[in-house]
Amino acid sequence: MTYQWDFTPVLANSGLLAQGLVNTLKVTGTALVCGVVLGLALALLRLSPRSYLSWPAGFVIEVFRTTPPLVQLFWFYFALPLLAGIEMTPFMAAAVTFSIQSAAFFAEVFRGGIVSIERGQWDGARAIGMTQAQALRRIVLPQAVKRMIPAFMERAIELMKTTTLVATISYADLLYAANEISQKTFRPLETFTVAALIYFVVITAFSLAARQLERRLSVSGESTVR
Amino acid sequence: MSILGVSGLTKRFGQADVLRGLDLEVAPGERIAILGASGSGKSTLLRCLNFMEMPDSGTVTLDGKIVGRRESELIQVRQRIGMVFQQFNLFPHMTAIGNVMEGLRTVRRFPKAEAQARAEKELARVGLADKAASYPAHLSGGQKQRVAIARALAMEPELMLFDEPTSALDPELVGEVLGVIRTLADEGRTMLLVTHELGFAYHVATRVIFLADGVIHEEGTPDQVLVHPTKERTRAFLASHKEYSLQG
Repeated sequence: MTYQWDFTPVLANSGLLAQGLVNTLKVTGTALVCGVVLGLALALLRLSPRSYLSWPAGFVIEVFRTTPPLVQLFWFYFALPLLAGIEMTPFMAAAVTFSIQSAAFFAEVFRGGIVSIERGQWDGARAIGMTQAQALRRIVLPQAVKRMIPAFMERAIELMKTTTLVATISYADLLYAANEISQKTFRPLETFTVAALIYFVVITAFSLAARQLERRLSVSGESTVR
Repeated sequence: MSILGVSGLTKRFGQADVLRGLDLEVAPGERIAILGASGSGKSTLLRCLNFMEMPDSGTVTLDGKIVGRRESELIQVRQRIGMVFQQFNLFPHMTAIGNVMEGLRTVRRFPKAEAQARAEKELARVGLADKAASYPAHLSGGQKQRVAIARALAMEPELMLFDEPTSALDPELVGEVLGVIRTLADEGRTMLLVTHELGFAYHVATRVIFLADGVIHEEGTPDQVLVHPTKERTRAFLASHKEYSLQG
């Protein structure tokens, strides 16, 4: 039995796919940016010697790392309006969910990167009169970030694929658009193949760029080993 | 009038009492070599002086003023007390001159040109003007330690702490670092030096302190402590150090 591939119906709907891709990138980008900022904050809180700061941060991180993202998404989209009267658009719910979720993961990446820097680096910074914050910003984080790039990449890719869940709350992302097209054209194989291909191309381009950056950093900045 | 005073200093790590009520006065221009067996608290003493470790009790007095524990106060004190570490602790993501400029730029808020001029001067002082653009990974151990000394000097400290500055170096690189420290000594700088280089201590120090059990066990001129020690433990320590040296 031979299947007759026909991509023309998919191509005829390429505008829908493009719009879906833009929406996917919007959610992913927002979650990445907010996730990194929030993740750094969570990591610093978690590393604090004060338990009233580190404990709540650790709790938030663990909750969002261990519960299914779909449940988190439903919780923000369906439960918050009922419980707290907070109505969110699908985009807002998606952005909030994935920002916090990736923050939890990035927090652990940041924490791992920061604690991997030798104590001597803190010593060297403090000995010339730097505050803890200056030492973190000027000495420790630049070195930690370099070590974090592979783990960070891994998370970013995982994040982009996880955002496909937003289709379940009717946010018109790439997968949602693909689903619509396949129902309209009765060409699910072609549609989802094209959708997968788009994910493949975008993510591959993204990781190539990141590898390039990693290489550039390792040339200019030297290795972090003594 | 002493520039630095320590009174009743104690520090404990877990179950171990490392410092047990140590007292010390340092006069301007003094060069104090601190000796002691491993675990006797030499490094901890140095690290308590600029509060890299927080003493459990006791006071540190700088220029007659007791140093408090607030960060704002500590960062002032650390700028006045330069420190050089056994492991150099250079910043690997910055060039040699970047390392030396860092404190001037970030802590002192120097304009770039001014920081650069001062850093170049300090690198030249340790004989590394030509290595300004090199990253630490491309420097030898001796060169790294000299950059670290330049980094400390750039802050124009009133006294310098050297924590086993040559212990991590290959033997053939020890001389260049000791040479730089020697120059600083000849300039009349006040310094405290934890070292195992007894010969260097003998020739450069104005006073030698032997630590044992977290207090000063014996102290005096280099001749008194290193050549004519009166205490049994000092003798035993010196004997163990001389056992394999050629001069005996």
